[in-house]
Amino acid sequence: MCLGVPGKILTLEPNPVGMTMGKVSFGGAAKEVCLAYVPEAQVGDYVLVHAGFALNTLDEAEAMEVFELLKEMGEIDQ
Amino acid sequence: MRFIDEYRNEADARKFLTAIGRLVTRDWTIMEICGGQTHTLIKSGIDRLLPPQITLVHGPGCPVCVTPLELIDRAIVIAQRPEVIFTSFGDMLRVPGSPQQTFEVSQTSKVSRGAQDLLSVKARGGDVRMVYSPLDAVKLAQAHPDQQVVFFAVGFETTAPGNAMAVWQARQLGLTNFSILCSHVLVPPAMAAILGAPGNQVQGFLAAGHVCTVMGTWEYEPLAETYRTPIVVTGFEPLDLLQGIYMTVKALEEGRWGVENQYTRAVTRAGNRPAQKLLAEVFEVSDRQWRGIGPIPASGYRLRPAYAAFDAEQRFGVAGVTAQESPLCIAGQILQGLKKPHECRAFGLQCTPEHPLGAPMVSSEGACAAYFSYGRT
Amino acid sequence: MNQNFALQCPIPISDYPTITLAHGGGGKLSQMLVERMFVPAFANPELETLHDGAILTLDGQESGGRDQGAAASHRPASSVRRLAFSTDSYVISPRFFPGGDIGSLAVHGTVNDLAMCGARPCYLSAGFILEEGLPMDELWRIVQSMAAAAQAAGVRIVTGDTKVVERGKGDGIFINTAGVGVIPDGVQIAPTRARPGDLVLVNGPIASHGIAIMSVREGLAFETAVESDSAALNGLVEAILAAGGDAVHVLRDPTRGGVASSLNEIAASARVGIRLDEARIPVLEEVRGACEILGFDPLYVANEGKCLVIVAAEAAEAVLAAMCAHPLGREAAAIGQVVAEHPRKVYLRSRIGGMRVVDMLSGEQLPRIC
Repeated sequence: MCLGVPGKILTLEPNPVGMTMGKVSFGGAAKEVCLAYVPEAQVGDYVLVHAGFALNTLDEAEAMEVFELLKEMGEIDQ
Repeated sequence: MRFIDEYRNEADARKFLTAIGRLVTRDWTIMEICGGQTHTLIKSGIDRLLPPQITLVHGPGCPVCVTPLELIDRAIVIAQRPEVIFTSFGDMLRVPGSPQQTFEVSQTSKVSRGAQDLLSVKARGGDVRMVYSPLDAVKLAQAHPDQQVVFFAVGFETTAPGNAMAVWQARQLGLTNFSILCSHVLVPPAMAAILGAPGNQVQGFLAAGHVCTVMGTWEYEPLAETYRTPIVVTGFEPLDLLQGIYMTVKALEEGRWGVENQYTRAVTRAGNRPAQKLLAEVFEVSDRQWRGIGPIPASGYRLRPAYAAFDAEQRFGVAGVTAQESPLCIAGQILQGLKKPHECRAFGLQCTPEHPLGAPMVSSEGACAAYFSYGRT
Repeated sequence: MNQNFALQCPIPISDYPTITLAHGGGGKLSQMLVERMFVPAFANPELETLHDGAILTLDGQESGGRDQGAAASHRPASSVRRLAFSTDSYVISPRFFPGGDIGSLAVHGTVNDLAMCGARPCYLSAGFILEEGLPMDELWRIVQSMAAAAQAAGVRIVTGDTKVVERGKGDGIFINTAGVGVIPDGVQIAPTRARPGDLVLVNGPIASHGIAIMSVREGLAFETAVESDSAALNGLVEAILAAGGDAVHVLRDPTRGGVASSLNEIAASARVGIRLDEARIPVLEEVRGACEILGFDPLYVANEGKCLVIVAAEAAEAVLAAMCAHPLGREAAAIGQVVAEHPRKVYLRSRIGGMRVVDMLSGEQLPRIC
């Protein structure tokens, strides 16, 4: 029960109740998402969205880890 | 698509598969505990690409599957009430209730013949609606002040922050017509139950990446220590799963145990603090029934007394509704990874996606449905 | 054919802003609807006779007056002509959506069903069930849209019917179209003709229609608008048959249930297996994104302007080239092939090289969200 989809924040709409909302784009398909759980997120950041809520920002540097490991494995082959 | 496509690259997948093949010197049994991961493994065919020494076992990672049958029956009773708009995620709509349902609904003292599932309640005129987010249910409550809006809050820790926010928002807005039917379950106690069960075959775990996005990874450290099991927090794309399996096999081969994090782009040791804060405000840990497994102490969430007004079970007085399982369904053994779906006598015969006997065949993240749809017979 | 559609609704809106039960009663108001709205919009001699049924000639000539030429004039008067006959009902909600409306859909759908038989669509009927209270100008927009779609497809709407039901008994408007077309000599299209070794082609990106509809319902906005692909495919089918002739074995438009369902049906009919290559199946980026977030698999999402072609391998290149040269086939691609193994089953090679079965849907696709 964990379908989380990465999307890019297009807009931020802080609201008085404290429940920041925003438009997040998934490959061009944009939806309203609650951003209250990622208070530090900015427009242009990528977030992981589940059931209408952003649960975390995606760390670009960490995202490369998988490919770093693959490169290392490739080097061992040589 | 960024953060998706690059994790579906064939050449990179081949590299991981080769590396795993080189590492492996004996048989290993690894369990993944999230339905989303089961889905990816089978959909991308990874389970058939791995070296034969590796056995993948699918754990109770489908909250739909572990929701107790009586809760489905209670949902059906509530949904039949004329003043109720019953909202839910898609999967729950097709889980069948008890085979024969005659209830006494306490407040109306009427004996009503239960419907088969929530979709059939809709077919008979009940207002049952699928939503993508609990916030949609709150919006419905605002838009329909004369109706009672109920949201079927089923899920692991991934979904709980959203449900907490919905309840919190409802309170801020002063809504008296919104409530949730709560069936929240927690992963670490389930893992402990599996690892601690006599006859347990599981040697390594892929922990659920999105659950850990919320809760962090620190809860798994005592588990890894106690049971001397490698636990690798893993993502959901094919390369994530392959790397997670690689890391698990490496640890097993090297005789190591402990928690490792494959899904570092989305998971930190501490987890999401604002989410945990609101969870603690709205929910408290409680004992929970896991369908097919039985009661596991301190394995679920319930609403705190301060938010009890939003509990649909209390509001609609359905706590007395009890359930009756199909004798043919071995969901429990499937969910604990003791049997594979195709080893069930009813698989593909009396039990198919059209006529499911139990939840793992209904939920698209259930192991039985995945095996059936993707042709593992 | 009336080229200049009146911008104003021909039924005086101030007098009749909405459909009433009287419009279906068979009296003056019914007549007004037919004579002032349907007939001028669909404008053709068969319809204008206003008889109970249309009396038609099927002489092998294409509709819209394009002549077969010598071949047609040499045909003996007593030769048997093969007809294709099809019907479909349209109940889609919302009535108006990006890329089309229920009217154009109703025309395209039946035209396409005929084209998938290898037929040249000639004539359509249009039956309307209107709900009391339907705004008149909406009906007018739908009728205009049908007329435009029919003209572009080269078919005539020659007969029809209108009923009105009480408020609450119908979802605004339901349309049924039935159609008849002529199958040229020598054309043999049937699902049973699929053979191992055949290639499976599609004329462009899939799942756009279903996602365009879902986006309206679920409040998805797109940076580049996703429109329904609703279109009449008979012109494309002619190009395909001209290029491939008898080597074209099966044509199918993957509507409800998507590509997966259509291919499963064909595999079962022909008792063959089909293997798809996920990496080759075209899907628009925005549609992929929408499918991810809505929890849909594009293979099961409806299309309204797509054509699956199963063609013998030796003719595949020529057919693909002909498709790419046509406006409705610019992004045509080969997505799989027919095999002798695993008869009646459709398999997919995933992006990372694994295999899985692509099963029939059970019931409606319930989106995975969590």
